[in-house]
Amino acid sequence: MDDVVIIGGGQAASACALRLRANGFEGRVAIYGAEPALPYQRPPLSKAYLKGRMEADRLLLRPAALYANLGIEIHSGVQALNLNTATRRVAMSDNANVPYGHLVLATGATPRRLPEAQGGGLENVFTLRSLSDADALRPHIRPGQRLLVVGGGYIGLEMAAVAARAGMEVTLIEAQPRILQRVAATETADAIRALHLREGVDLREGVSLDRLLGDGKRAGLAALSDGSAVGVDLVVVGIGVTANEQLARNAGLSVQNGILTDGQCRAFAPGIYAAGDCAVFPFRGQPTRLESVQNACDQGEYVADHICGTAKGPYAPQPWFWSDQFDSSLKIAGLNRGHDRVIRRVGEKPGAESIWYYAGETFLAVDALDDPRAYMMGKRWLAEGVSPDPKALADPSIPLKTIGLLTQTAESTA
Amino acid sequence: MITLTFIEPDGTAKPVSVAPGLTLMEAAMRNNIRGVVAECGGQCSCATCHMQIDAAYFDRVGAPVDDEEDMLDFAEERGETSRLGCQVEIEDSFDGMVIRIPSVQG
Repeated sequence: MDDVVIIGGGQAASACALRLRANGFEGRVAIYGAEPALPYQRPPLSKAYLKGRMEADRLLLRPAALYANLGIEIHSGVQALNLNTATRRVAMSDNANVPYGHLVLATGATPRRLPEAQGGGLENVFTLRSLSDADALRPHIRPGQRLLVVGGGYIGLEMAAVAARAGMEVTLIEAQPRILQRVAATETADAIRALHLREGVDLREGVSLDRLLGDGKRAGLAALSDGSAVGVDLVVVGIGVTANEQLARNAGLSVQNGILTDGQCRAFAPGIYAAGDCAVFPFRGQPTRLESVQNACDQGEYVADHICGTAKGPYAPQPWFWSDQFDSSLKIAGLNRGHDRVIRRVGEKPGAESIWYYAGETFLAVDALDDPRAYMMGKRWLAEGVSPDPKALADPSIPLKTIGLLTQTAESTA
Repeated sequence: MITLTFIEPDGTAKPVSVAPGLTLMEAAMRNNIRGVVAECGGQCSCATCHMQIDAAYFDRVGAPVDDEEDMLDFAEERGETSRLGCQVEIEDSFDGMVIRIPSVQG
């Protein structure tokens, strides 16, 4: 029983394994990851790495020697094929049939692809999620070439920003009425849109892709829903991800938009946990799946603590996110789900602003654009479970540190 | 290679041998220094690689500017020699420097 097998070799897996050892766990710890690389950071793939400003070895979360010294086995390039919860074994693509006492499913997520009928199989159509995706994409980022980005979420917008700065002619289409429709307020979307328009991105909202047209191998033209067509040399699709839940589903675990877990990250089967992008967990009373570094790290560590018997209470994350586009940095603290109003605050420095989300009198989240002070203050208020006075927030002449608090909220207790 | 000593939050001193050119955050992560979270991986986005620099070396390391200064201004345990480790590239002149990791990050 005294062993932990981790399926998936990303940030959650690495965080879990390291925490187990930090906790003094002495049993076997083994990571099985389908990708060929050691656990690495994904966020730079659509930022510094894509620009060619970061070497591959600096993407690694930890060097191989560190895992080896801690007795953490890493089996890279090995896929888990079948999970048997009765015999407590996982069949692997290298023919191993691995027994487990504790099993951590940290399988991550896979980008949605464009359907074949729309041209998704053409060779100049890419998604951006893995190191191999980024390596395949990077040589195509060339001045004067025409890029179509499908999808105005963070990945699509970051891709557009890198490409525009590299001298590409960039068109970005978003099928929803505006960019960041599902994840951010209109005010935040307005600020991000302005960045892209200033940098010459042809950003079209409420426009979807009908299909890509080409010579059967490469896309050369994109037919859009507004009746127009744009010439393309490169297409990057950023239309969201789906949780990697097949292994769990086939094993009879509960899945719905991810692997369902209880408040302690347990996947409703003996000895099995789920962590990271693949996991659905209760947050403020709702099933929630987060795609973020914060959640991957915190859930991975929570699972390690739970296995070691040192977890205190249920998993109660403090979500945060970030996105870098052009020279701007968007930092987000909290989760804005369920907000019914926003407060916009103009920051102290030129171009700085923050958007504060409330549900009634309860502060939920802040989007801080080039305003690290607002981000840091918001993050602290969320951690303390307090709500700043929205009227004071709206007045930029009142310093953040002097803003009064409304009420205690249940925010920090999930 | 030069030698740096990280003081972990519980007071443990860990001397490490590191190559100039890496950042202090990277040096800490590669050597499994406790108390350094570094969630954003070095983008100056999270303030979870807060470190306090040996005062005797602080003029070689230099003071924080811009976003880093703003983030540190709101960080727990801000000291006079606080830096975010991801924003400090290690130089040969740092040899022998002691870096203290605060007990809380963020």
